[in-house]
Amino acid sequence: MEAIQTVGLVKRYKDLTAVDGLDLGIGQGELFSLLGVNGAGKTTTIKMLSCLVKPTGGDAFLNGVSIVKEPSWAKEKIGISPQETAVAPNLNVKENLELMCGAHGFSKEKTRRKTEEISERFGLGNVLKKRAGKLSGGWQRRLSIAMALIGEPEILFLDEPTLGLDVLARADLWDLIRSLKGKVTIILTTHYMEEAEALSDRIGIMKDGRLLALGTAKELKEKTNAKNFEDAFVAIVRGQNG
Amino acid sequence: MKMWTFSKRTAKEILRDPLHVAFGLGFPLILLFLMSAIQASVPVPLFAIKKLAPGIVVFGLSFMTLFSATLLAKDRESALLQRLYATPLSAGDFILGYMLPTLPIAAVQSLLCCVASMLLGLPATAAIFGVLLFVLPIALLFVSIGLFCGSIWNVKQVGGICGALFTNLAAWFSGTWFDLNLVGGTFQKIAYALPFVHAVELERAVLSGNHGDIFLHLCWVVGYAAVFCIAAALLFVRQMKK
Repeated sequence: MEAIQTVGLVKRYKDLTAVDGLDLGIGQGELFSLLGVNGAGKTTTIKMLSCLVKPTGGDAFLNGVSIVKEPSWAKEKIGISPQETAVAPNLNVKENLELMCGAHGFSKEKTRRKTEEISERFGLGNVLKKRAGKLSGGWQRRLSIAMALIGEPEILFLDEPTLGLDVLARADLWDLIRSLKGKVTIILTTHYMEEAEALSDRIGIMKDGRLLALGTAKELKEKTNAKNFEDAFVAIVRGQNG
Repeated sequence: MKMWTFSKRTAKEILRDPLHVAFGLGFPLILLFLMSAIQASVPVPLFAIKKLAPGIVVFGLSFMTLFSATLLAKDRESALLQRLYATPLSAGDFILGYMLPTLPIAAVQSLLCCVASMLLGLPATAAIFGVLLFVLPIALLFVSIGLFCGSIWNVKQVGGICGALFTNLAAWFSGTWFDLNLVGGTFQKIAYALPFVHAVELERAVLSGNHGDIFLHLCWVVGYAAVFCIAAALLFVRQMKK
């Protein structure tokens, strides 16, 4: 069974069709990147898949569970790290992690175990007592991903995880995301071509709500006869496929 | 369990903001001591401690509107709520999670106002417990108005509307700072059509043992609280589904 299967997924806002009949299958443990220029429909797709907005048409199945018919159950299977920093600024790092455990209904014992486990995995041990609002951008993003993972999701959505970070913080987060590969299915949206190329198993390129191209970075470069992935992306979006 | 986790977070966010403590507690206490000092020099029946203390209690509670509106508006602006919407937390968990923790905070705030009033000559009678009990529906009223405002406006707007405009209107129409009978006319009619003067007179009736007056004023307070509570819940659910 695919981790994610979308079937004719559509989202319309009055006159605007943000996502237009998306058919896509993403395998278990795959790291899939969704690319596109602004307004391509990436974020709307992520919002529908994470049950934040209802599709206008079609459906999507998260490990077989319909986001239209069973959104509450589907929510049990996902974790999301939104584009903007999504931490409670006046809570410390440990309290932020505990908040997410509570939101998933974990017992006290499980909360303690998961908080210890995830802070060790993400190297948060030294900042556990520090208020989240006082952390640097890189550490806030690291905490944000830890908060998304603490609920033991089967599918993780990372929306622009390295946006606005310096080179070192970005490299750290790349290592972290690589370490998750194979353990959880990851859907990543990004504007950084090198990020998509370096991290993804497969890449989907969207424009005007439609999926224009799908494949590995290598396949997409070959398809467009491009020297590098950025050129391939530009060629696909401009409709100049080899 | 899920709701309590979110409630704990709400309480921490409110209590850890120094502005909340300054406005919710410091400001009403300063006014209580200031008015009592004026009363000692130029006695005015309205500012006798038995009449002033219930007014100050209600005035302190009116800041709950600002706190709850600011917290909700901030959460809406940050991506934290978006992250939490994608968890199994229900709309009811969110609404109760915002409301319930403010009640003990309101009770403690009012208790401190009562203790300060006793130091200024308010007789320490069992009626004080009554005052603290009836703080709960009044706090619910102010918090509901706050959640209503926080669901509509952004942080900046909430600061102006709830911080400056609302607290002033609630004070003017409460009958705490001047006798509404002396103003009379339309102003008095508007004041008695709003819940603020009823909240003050409810607490005055409890404190002075005029039990016959309690029911009518309580109905006004509970009625307005119910209306704003339902409106806030509907608005919250609507924006959750947006």
